[in-house]
Amino acid sequence: METIDMRKAYDPAFVAQVQAESGQNLSLCYQCGNCTAGCPYTFVYDIPVSQMMRLVQTGRREKALSARSLWLCASCESCTTRCPNEIDVARVMDVMRHMARREGYVSEPAVKTFWDCFLDSMRRHGRVFELGLVAAFVARTGRFWTDMDLGPRMLPKGKLSFLPHGIQGKDEVRKIFERFAARSGS
Amino acid sequence: MSQALTYAYYPGCSGLGTSREYDQSTRAVCDALGIGLADIPDWSCCGSSPAHTVDHVLSAALAARNLAKVEAMGRDTAVTPCPSCLTNLRTASHRMADNAFRERTNALLDTPCRNTVTAKSVLQILAEDVGLDALARKVVKPLAGLRVAAYYGCIMNRPPEVMRFDDHENPMAMDGILAALGADVRPFPLKVECCGASYGVARRDIVARLSGRLLAAAEDVGAEMVATACPLCQMNLDLRQGQINSAGGTSHHMPVLYFTQLMGLALGVPEERLGLDKVCVSPRGALRAAAERAAAETAKGSKA
Repeated sequence: METIDMRKAYDPAFVAQVQAESGQNLSLCYQCGNCTAGCPYTFVYDIPVSQMMRLVQTGRREKALSARSLWLCASCESCTTRCPNEIDVARVMDVMRHMARREGYVSEPAVKTFWDCFLDSMRRHGRVFELGLVAAFVARTGRFWTDMDLGPRMLPKGKLSFLPHGIQGKDEVRKIFERFAARSGS
Repeated sequence: MSQALTYAYYPGCSGLGTSREYDQSTRAVCDALGIGLADIPDWSCCGSSPAHTVDHVLSAALAARNLAKVEAMGRDTAVTPCPSCLTNLRTASHRMADNAFRERTNALLDTPCRNTVTAKSVLQILAEDVGLDALARKVVKPLAGLRVAAYYGCIMNRPPEVMRFDDHENPMAMDGILAALGADVRPFPLKVECCGASYGVARRDIVARLSGRLLAAAEDVGAEMVATACPLCQMNLDLRQGQINSAGGTSHHMPVLYFTQLMGLALGVPEERLGLDKVCVSPRGALRAAAERAAAETAKGSKA
């Protein structure tokens, strides 16, 4: 069993930061477990969502931000909808994911790579180019077998576009990303 | 119905690709009902899930570029078939109600958003603005005998204070529409459970498990078809059904159509405008079984 010295493990700045960025009062969580009971992703989480909430309350920055659960939350809003204390739990998870990304904790790299490829596609074309997105994911991860079985099913349907649908305002979209990057100093 | 119902229309990126038949059938059904859809000129991607996993202001700005375009059209309602687009547009509006948040969002945009637009789903305008009685009167080919489960997906109705539509645990809008078209709508307990969302590419095991559970539940309630309102749900349940079967050792053969495709059939829209051939698991068998069941019922009724 893990022994924690709460005098040393508690990071008050972390608690304050999650509260400020999520706009949620984390002390309202009384650990009823309703979020975990409804969460469809508990079966792949290393730390169930109610325990993630407890880690924030107890200021366990390192443990919370390195959780795989952060990258496996689909924001399905079950936890937020069912919290008896009206805490926007999914937003708390999202905010911790933002912090994990900024601070270099990435415990599910393939998931992050997929999202990065999505945003790159959008930044380049203004809209997402689905085939290009999957190709970029395969190129970056080397997972060449990704959904290879789906190609023969999809091709005859004539649904896959082989060229991006660029828009006139794609520079405006690119500028949104650039201004965001400048603001966040990255 | 008058042409008075006209909305700004946001198709969403998947509407140009993997959910082309959803966009097609939405346009065809609205056309048949006299609803005008005015495409938002030069719309861009809403940011979908990946943007909000990076930052909430970035996510809001990507959505708000489109809301500002709707304002420039002089319209106050934007309609989209896709729940993921919907949730981004509505969450952006919800957060921009806070002036400080709106200013931070507008600082990323060329054209500021005044936050005067309400985004709604195609499902919502059909259920609320057209209404079930009006829809029932337009039916030319009832979906009689069709045993269907209505699946809403996780974010069409949740969280309720943002989405403000229907019940968040047991939504009934799609059930109501399909019933008005004559279908035998089965009570489906997992109608708001998540399908695995966009994890299909990076973590296919997740989609196999969650979508597999949905298909099994639909079979359990006697459905021969699933009706959906979400491009990602449809893709996971239909295109990935083979992967689901391989992973779970199951043999599901469940057609998964967009509810707008079924509406089109009932309203007598020509099939080529509904993209029925675009889905992977053919709906032909289920539609034929339904027609035979309905004919048998009619014969029994006329004998009695």
